[in-house]
Amino acid sequence: MSLKRIDLLICCGSGCVSAGALKIKERFHEVLKEHKITSEVNIIETGCMGPCDYGPVMVIYPEGIFYKKVTVDDVAEIVGEHFVKGRPVARLMMQEEEKTISAQKDVPFYQKQVKVALGNCGYIDPESMDEYIATGGYEALGTVLTEMKPQDAINVIKESGLRGRGGGGFPTHIKWQMVHDRKADQKYIICNGDEGDPGAFMDRSLLEGDPHRILEGMMIAAYSMGASQGYFYIRAEYPLAIKRIKMAIEQAKEVGLMGENIFDSGFSFDAEVRTGAGAFVCGEEMALIHSIEGERGNPTPKPPYPAVQGLWGKPTVVNNVETIGNIPTIFRKGAEWFAGMGSEKSKGTKVFALTGDVKNTGLVEVPMGITLRELIFDVGGGMIGDHKFKAVQLGGPSGGCLTVDHLDTGVDYESLKERGAMMGSGGVIVMNDEKCMVNVAKFFMDFCVEESCGKCSPCRIGLKQMLEILERITDGYGREGDIEELQRLGESISKLSLCGLGQTAPNPVLSTIRYFRDEYESHIRDRSCATKVCNDLMHYDIDKDRCIGCSLCARKCPTVCITGSRDEKYTIHQTGCVKCGNCFDVCPVKAIDKVPGMHPEIVEHRAAVANAKNPYDD
Amino acid sequence: MYKEICAKYAPTKDNLIYILHDIQDSHPQHYLSAEAVTTISDYLKVPENHIYGVITFYSMYSTSPRGKNIIRLCESPPCYIKGSDNILRKLKTILGVEVGQTTKDEKFTLELCACLGVCGNAPVMMINDDVYGDLSEEKVEEIIDKIRGRN
Amino acid sequence: MKTLADLKKIREKAQEDMKLRGGNVRIKIVVGMGTSGIAMGAREVMKTFLEEIAARNLSDVLVTQTGEKGLSSMEPVVDLIEEGKPKVTYGNMNPDKVKKVVVEHIVNGRVVSDYVVSTGD
Repeated sequence: MSLKRIDLLICCGSGCVSAGALKIKERFHEVLKEHKITSEVNIIETGCMGPCDYGPVMVIYPEGIFYKKVTVDDVAEIVGEHFVKGRPVARLMMQEEEKTISAQKDVPFYQKQVKVALGNCGYIDPESMDEYIATGGYEALGTVLTEMKPQDAINVIKESGLRGRGGGGFPTHIKWQMVHDRKADQKYIICNGDEGDPGAFMDRSLLEGDPHRILEGMMIAAYSMGASQGYFYIRAEYPLAIKRIKMAIEQAKEVGLMGENIFDSGFSFDAEVRTGAGAFVCGEEMALIHSIEGERGNPTPKPPYPAVQGLWGKPTVVNNVETIGNIPTIFRKGAEWFAGMGSEKSKGTKVFALTGDVKNTGLVEVPMGITLRELIFDVGGGMIGDHKFKAVQLGGPSGGCLTVDHLDTGVDYESLKERGAMMGSGGVIVMNDEKCMVNVAKFFMDFCVEESCGKCSPCRIGLKQMLEILERITDGYGREGDIEELQRLGESISKLSLCGLGQTAPNPVLSTIRYFRDEYESHIRDRSCATKVCNDLMHYDIDKDRCIGCSLCARKCPTVCITGSRDEKYTIHQTGCVKCGNCFDVCPVKAIDKVPGMHPEIVEHRAAVANAKNPYDD
Repeated sequence: MYKEICAKYAPTKDNLIYILHDIQDSHPQHYLSAEAVTTISDYLKVPENHIYGVITFYSMYSTSPRGKNIIRLCESPPCYIKGSDNILRKLKTILGVEVGQTTKDEKFTLELCACLGVCGNAPVMMINDDVYGDLSEEKVEEIIDKIRGRN
Repeated sequence: MKTLADLKKIREKAQEDMKLRGGNVRIKIVVGMGTSGIAMGAREVMKTFLEEIAARNLSDVLVTQTGEKGLSSMEPVVDLIEEGKPKVTYGNMNPDKVKKVVVEHIVNGRVVSDYVVSTGD
């Protein structure tokens, strides 16, 4: 066997796969064969490398050269030039202000990042246990099992200051301690991989990219609290994550890293994968437990907490994937090292999923306490195009929107909560000045109404009421007092709902009212949406001076509401307009404008309709 | 056939979700028939109403026949911000169906779904187990044509 | 696997397989793989290095490549870079010479002065 001289790491996270990474991998095999150098190159499929926006991405060692947006057609050039002749392909590298960046470590996206949980993602082959072990994997487990008592291990986590990464930020060691202290014939640990927050995908990446890390973390947790059985609850939407975790469990069992008497310590452990079937609420721990039991995933009132009566009535800890992902590294590098990062009450690092109108979308891991400005503008590379930053939505449907005034806020559990947002699972949706905040709030509310399990009435009925008010506002039927009504409803729902879903669902509405009240007011009073997003609160208008009378708009209008002639030019009859935007798109001279505000004709028309009944009146 | 699938799992209630997935996936029309529910009920000794309760709770299960390929377009905010509504319009046009409907040739069912966790490449959709990202209207047409040709 | 020592064994073996991605490298062999180098047989030279190193189980040696150095008349050209020592450039290499360089220079630490084109940067 010849020695390999090149390691080609192709990112095969879902993002890159959706952009065609697997086809590229196939092509590499073909081209390497043509050049007869198959034996010299190691092709490794890794988990998510993070910068999904540039996918498919790859890193080539030993040089550590980073290529972005690679297509099948580029493969021949990479092999021919880089592999055979040693001339890296500059046009596929990152460009920063006319500078070409070849090495992965120099790419700005990676520079402010500190990888703990994501340490191996995009660096090792997730399907190879040996590669995980090469990075020091399972050493923490071995040390804990052979040298520490369960209570010592809990103390390490306590000193590290680790808090739940799934949203609430509950101190991890308290959960462990509670289960540790209970006497029971059976205890369970569950890894919560039901990542449902729109805009969050760190758990998927971790499960896909470094499954053995999660397995190791889970076993350390299990040992600390005396659990001998674990469950991975993973959404059915993540087939690759399910496959990789199952594979990792098999590999670990094969060599005895899982099973009976691990490391000769007397500790035995077994784990299974359970999948969801498309229900957001199953991320809530009680709902999740019911789902594993084969029930509808309805939450039940707490107490009793899962630590007392969890899965099948036994003491259970539910930890989030990212939380568990931090555990092996905490034991390997020490609690002090971990607690040395972050802010006063939020220690360590957090993985964020940057999405929306920001240049570098993808997964980033940064120390807690980093400012939003650094996160969005340094790591994220700022806004796409010439648009201005308007708002950032943190924490998905349970979180809130923050504005330009909050850019220097440090991102940690407390400071976000104070400002009406939430860490949530770490989804960061960046929005530019073209977005209507009322519409965004309505969108999140729609999501929560859809996902409410229907068990408790504040959530089932209250959220629906809020959605209806938001709908009438964006449809141009808003009334005085609607804002106050939304606030009143939101506050009661937060207080009265059974589980986290209902308790936090009003947050997007409440936070947008808090910071963008003027937008709500202009929607209601002026019947105008300044961003021209809400169809009923904007209209199209043809500028007669610019119109050349070509009739293209009239011919493309599906409702035939545009009339005119070459001499008279064309006019839109507003009452017939459905705002499809065809005319706007086809006009060769751009004579059609989008104008904020409901057209006076419509205002009159609505008032005049014989049964001028507001459809939202009861 | 349903019995054989059931037999792969221990007859305990916690396997219900797995069995439902398995039966639905192996049915050419991707759905859970009344007959399937009866069989599961007998096997697990769980009343049928409980099984229907579970089926209707989770969005991935269907009690009516669906197409050979299930298109699930993500309707979550990151995709919406990146223009998923245009993609939806395009899908409706080229397939000639509304959300929740199946094409006449029974090749496609169009559905919406919650976040697929590929937000860095929004907008995205999943067809069966494959995720397609960075969608544009042209790309959607290409993908659908390709699958049409394949089947 | 029952002890941390067992784990360590697997780790060492696995690290060996991953060494291209960083780690302990004592000597880096850089083969000039420009068009003229390849025309003069650099591919064979590279292949021989890889085979010899694998055969001898040398774990701290890295083989990589670079483009043209401009020394067309000396192709194939190979640089041996060792931490803390001046770079040694060998010229007019062929598989037999490679074998000698591996034995003498890489294993025994004696520069094969007959083949040296230049030393230092």
